[in-house]
Amino acid sequence: MKFTLSWLKEHLETDATLDEVLVALTDVGLEVEGVENPAEKLAGFKIAKVLTAAPHPQADKLQVLSVDAGDGPMQVVCGAPNARAGLVGVFGTPGTTVPANGMVLRVAAIRGVESNGMMCSSRELELGDDHEGIIELPADAPVGTAFADYAQLDDPVIDVSITPNRQDCMGVRGIARDLAAKGLGRLRALDDIVAMLPQIAPDGPGPDVRTDDPDGCPAFYAQSVHSVSNGPAPEWLQRRLKAIGQKPISALVDITNFIMIGLGRPLHVYDMASLKGGLVARKAMAGEQVLALNGKTYALTETMTVIADAETVHDIGGIMGGEHSGAQDGTTDVLIECAYFTPETIAQTGQALALTSDARQRFERGVDPAFLDEGLAIATRLVLALCGGKASAVTRAGTPPTQPNIVTGYLPEMVEGLAGVSVAPDRQQAILASLGFTVESGETWAVTAPSWRRDIAGTADIVEEVVRIEGLDKVPSTPLPRAPGVARPTATPLQLVERRARRAAAAHGLNEAINWSFISEAEAAPFGGGDWTLANPISEDMKVMRPTLLAGLLSAARRNADRGAASVRLFEIGRRYFRDTDGSSSEHPTLGLVMAGEKQPRGWQDGKAKAFDAFDAKAEVLALLTAIDAPVAKLQMMGDAGHAYHPGQSGTLRLGPKTVVAAYGVLHPRLARAFDLDGTVVAAEIYLDAIPQRKKSGFMRAPYAPPALQAVTRDFAFLVPEALEGDALVRAVRGADRNAIVEARLFDVFAGQGVPEGHKSLAIEVTLQPGEKSFTDDELKGIAERIVAAAGKVGASLRG
Amino acid sequence: MSEITSLRDGLLADIATADTLDAVEALRVGALGKSGVVTGLLKTLGAMTPEERQAKGPAIHDLRESVTAAITARKAALESAALDARLAAERIDMSLPAQPVPQGSVHPVSQVMDELAEIFADLGFSVATGPEIEDDWRNFTALNIPETHPARAMHDTFYFGDNARATGGDGNPAAMLLRTHTSPVQIRTMMNEAPPIRIIAPGRVYRSDSDATHTPMFHQIEGLVIDKGITLGHLKWTLETFLKAYFERDDLAIRLRPSFFPFTEPSVEFDASYSLVNGQRVLGGNDGFMELGGSGMVHPNVIRACGLDPQEWQGFAFGIGVDRLAMLKYGMNDLRAFFDGDLRWLRHYGFSALDVPTLSGGVGA
Repeated sequence: MKFTLSWLKEHLETDATLDEVLVALTDVGLEVEGVENPAEKLAGFKIAKVLTAAPHPQADKLQVLSVDAGDGPMQVVCGAPNARAGLVGVFGTPGTTVPANGMVLRVAAIRGVESNGMMCSSRELELGDDHEGIIELPADAPVGTAFADYAQLDDPVIDVSITPNRQDCMGVRGIARDLAAKGLGRLRALDDIVAMLPQIAPDGPGPDVRTDDPDGCPAFYAQSVHSVSNGPAPEWLQRRLKAIGQKPISALVDITNFIMIGLGRPLHVYDMASLKGGLVARKAMAGEQVLALNGKTYALTETMTVIADAETVHDIGGIMGGEHSGAQDGTTDVLIECAYFTPETIAQTGQALALTSDARQRFERGVDPAFLDEGLAIATRLVLALCGGKASAVTRAGTPPTQPNIVTGYLPEMVEGLAGVSVAPDRQQAILASLGFTVESGETWAVTAPSWRRDIAGTADIVEEVVRIEGLDKVPSTPLPRAPGVARPTATPLQLVERRARRAAAAHGLNEAINWSFISEAEAAPFGGGDWTLANPISEDMKVMRPTLLAGLLSAARRNADRGAASVRLFEIGRRYFRDTDGSSSEHPTLGLVMAGEKQPRGWQDGKAKAFDAFDAKAEVLALLTAIDAPVAKLQMMGDAGHAYHPGQSGTLRLGPKTVVAAYGVLHPRLARAFDLDGTVVAAEIYLDAIPQRKKSGFMRAPYAPPALQAVTRDFAFLVPEALEGDALVRAVRGADRNAIVEARLFDVFAGQGVPEGHKSLAIEVTLQPGEKSFTDDELKGIAERIVAAAGKVGASLRG
Repeated sequence: MSEITSLRDGLLADIATADTLDAVEALRVGALGKSGVVTGLLKTLGAMTPEERQAKGPAIHDLRESVTAAITARKAALESAALDARLAAERIDMSLPAQPVPQGSVHPVSQVMDELAEIFADLGFSVATGPEIEDDWRNFTALNIPETHPARAMHDTFYFGDNARATGGDGNPAAMLLRTHTSPVQIRTMMNEAPPIRIIAPGRVYRSDSDATHTPMFHQIEGLVIDKGITLGHLKWTLETFLKAYFERDDLAIRLRPSFFPFTEPSVEFDASYSLVNGQRVLGGNDGFMELGGSGMVHPNVIRACGLDPQEWQGFAFGIGVDRLAMLKYGMNDLRAFFDGDLRWLRHYGFSALDVPTLSGGVGA
């Protein structure tokens, strides 16, 4: 909300400086977003008179002027067609900056003729769009005077942000009231401010208006004024509106804007010549349309309140007027509407039509329901003053909701109880009175909110009013009570898992990214599609809640590759989003990783660059699972990592057949291509919430002493069918003697010469740990036999 | 005598000039081997009379010792020279590059969340979480934002549409949406846990807003204290204490300003003081105040909606952008880069795995 300091001072009698006003505004909760004095950018521009104008010797379209800006004649080259002797305009001396383009004026030769400044157009000074010629001021404008002073532009424009609860401050008067309460001055009586306007002597009956929609429009007041002459508003009014960025349109329209901004009261003026019969506030009918003032046509629905005549809709009630019935230049008879629209209806209609307006902003926050008569009267008086004519009586259809809003049970101690600052009861009374509240003090206080404060609902609201005027700077900093001793740990097991996984991944050389939670439908498809699709996505690329972290990581990998990254190692920890059968959200914390490009760059030692392979993904998954204390030894390797992966170079790790803890492998080449990634891309996901969290029972570890005797190793080579997975053999071997065998490690895979067709040779190093005594030859023989027998069960035979 | 002397001189001279280990070995065999000359002399000692042995013995033994010592020394010298020669041949250009060890990094948002968890743990706040896909009761209604409240429009909400309704926190069917703030975690916590409550709730939040300074997804951290006798003064202290610890600046001051949020009453925005360093705003100091977040005393309607008695329990809540906190502390200036995954950016602004924030080591890195 923008207003000028002079406009504020119309309502607030004050000696406060601009800075004091700005500080007070922010202190009471009207945050200052900006302040600008148009005079500052016009510094150096003076009123000047063109003494003579002669053709430029070198250019047809230029003239050489002699200009007097109070310091005697100066030579200026000018291209404006309207430049002529006798013209009084605005002159920029060398050294001043042209507001429109930031250019600093200098003494320069233009086509060989020296020019000592510039005569300016409206556009150059950002005073309007006119660039046809230079500004022409009245002939009696005082030459040499600063233009900003002459044009009364030395008036700071203040922009404050108004929170949704403070409709009353969407008018300058409400802001003045808050500042007066803060102690910055006195709020002038509204009657005094409008005293100079003509009084109304009603002539003839009020206009024919009614409301058929008491819910959406409980009150529709109207007054007509006949035989007005509409035209440009007077200079002072135009200047006010222009200063805050409102475009002057015509006196009638400008009057409504002036009252809306000055008093927070939106109005609408109809040209009675364009109306067929009386006006009614009613719900729109299905299929009705209206061409609004913004030039757009809106399709209305039956929930929307409109103002219509016998034939057609003229106004989206409280939001925007219609194009065809607004006040025009030739308008002679007007109907002034001052209605109360129900905030909820306005909000719904505005949202449904995606239409914002100054009127909507005020009505949907709730205008003062007790200010219809006065608002209408001021509007009418302004019309009479500026456009002449004769006013009718007022028609009052319906009743605005003016029942008093009383907060009972208030106690002055509540201020200290809630805000921590003590404010004396009489001071509280004074603050509340200055804001328009009335207090009946007894054992508890009954506080009646002013009609313009729709936001007041309970005792906490009263506390807020007192505290914000008293000053939040008076609130003391009060320590929270602290539990005795050292702070206790607070992280949950899952939080700890996420932290460890993150730092382990980073320690392994992976870079953590944060990707969008939403992806495109196409990206979700290879992962089974998403359960959640946004109804109002920001774009098609951000539409489906991700069922996988890989899509975002692959996109990031591609962006990096596009930027020339040779090697990409990325991970993310975030959620995958699914929908439970009851419709609720099921969100699974997941670690995803993608490795693409070069695992190792070409080098003088090893020659060519190395690519990632499926075992890099497996190694990373196992390392991360170990880091987060997952039961790695119990995990089973199984195939079927899903459509996203290479069917022959991927796998899952499971706890039991159903609980998938991780999936990993080489990305399916089709998917890699879909993401424009060249070469082998490996990926993995670890489903962090699928990992059982170890129950911690104290810090004590299981007792352990390193064995006294050294472990021994034995190698076994087995012939197995080609299809047998190595892991099955290793598990079988390891299980052959649970006491003696502490490790079984596959160290060689061989097929070819000496190995029968359809078979492969797997070599396993078995580590045997003796207990109290060294193994005897018989014991070793027995273990070896058990190993061979166990291997035999999975189809392996000892290689001769 | 001279026989032995000349033999020794001859042998020592040969040993000294032997230039290979093989030549030294041949000399050793010739002198000290089974049929070597020195061995031969030693053998003659057995046939001698004690007198003869006493006369000749020392010289013969002396001969053996000096020859043995000379051979050992010569051998060591030759071996050492051979090693030197091998090492000289093995010399490589140690300025050649080693294979790089890949360096990983932790995203600044994660780092800052860990820092915040550490600071708030010391103040007795635990970390709470909730779903990002929420129902509109928990995201709005329970937070005192009824359907037609203009504040709903302030939120630019992502919705999932009519086909995706589910049961809301009040047991009634509710529209599902992406949470617009972390405040629904307040509701979940108050409904599920008995006061006193002290939590922070960091996480992703969503608004359908995208421009130079807004991304449709960003991170917020919510703080909530519900207890008896909690006031705005405690809020002010908590914000001050946490921000001083986070920015490690004792000269950081807090300013509260009246504001409006439907779920707090009174509502205040909080600003932190900054100083200008090379034209950049650095938190702490007293060159001005900048807006940081929103807060206030939890609205009685919110406490009531969660099944608690607002006469008995009251408290404060605050919310602040995590991405913003990261930017203000570590100097990034483009929010969009947080979500781009650019490795160059991640390496520059990211953190080492070992930069674990601790109170003893400092929460900043």
